[in-house]
Amino acid sequence: MGEESKIKKFMYVNRKSPYGTIYALESLEVVLISAAFDQDVSLTFTDDGVYQLMKNQKTEGIGMKNFSSTYSALGDYEIKKIYIDKESLEERGLSISDLQELVWEDEDEDYAEKSSINLVSRDELSEIMNQQDIVMSF
Amino acid sequence: MKLGILINEGPYQHQASDTALQFVKSAIKKGHEIYRVFFYNDGVNNATRFATPPQDDRNITKEWSAIAIEHNIDMVVCVAAAQRRGILDKGEAERNGKDSDNIEEGFRISGLGQLVEAGIQADRLITFGD
Repeated sequence: MGEESKIKKFMYVNRKSPYGTIYALESLEVVLISAAFDQDVSLTFTDDGVYQLMKNQKTEGIGMKNFSSTYSALGDYEIKKIYIDKESLEERGLSISDLQELVWEDEDEDYAEKSSINLVSRDELSEIMNQQDIVMSF
Repeated sequence: MKLGILINEGPYQHQASDTALQFVKSAIKKGHEIYRVFFYNDGVNNATRFATPPQDDRNITKEWSAIAIEHNIDMVVCVAAAQRRGILDKGEAERNGKDSDNIEEGFRISGLGQLVEAGIQADRLITFGD
């Protein structure tokens, strides 16, 4: 690490379905590692990436490991900014209630559970992306 | 400018690695510094010296190796992604009881932290992928 400690804004953009390709799983692996670096981390789910957060995933039939419960640990890793592309949900006939709830505990408010999920339009999302230092897209 | 490069696709099937290679060559020519090239997802397959493409085709792995050695570029292959796909250095081969290693000279295997650190240290991180 350099002598000065820089805090950068890292955004991980998840664009693919959870199964079918390995991008979703390996993206999550980067996200969890990045939590150890004390950076300002956020996640975006867009396009088919919104399927990654679907409730009640069952993978027995395709012989894949179901890793969807890992997302609920993000709050414990201090990752509490999750952006969901509203239009991507709508295009797929989904609503926010189809997705698992992701929360973080606010130490300053007696560990009150707060939602990490922000439902945003594409215009809002592009603005948020513009503010990032690093955008990694999987 | 100090640049970090992320390559997420394997050689030949995708153009990502070719494009990254051309980008890196141009960036060096223009005086930029390549802080690190990080290979992730199927991108780790760029590191195998066992690939033998037809002689009239480019050898992407050899090209990466040559440019890394010439310009002293740090080329890191993600260990977790590499283990899944059978990319091994000597230590990994021994640790996992494999009969050979296959990593090309100029590449090294390390953790995902090296990718995040490249993001922190470089002025820009550029992704080449699908």
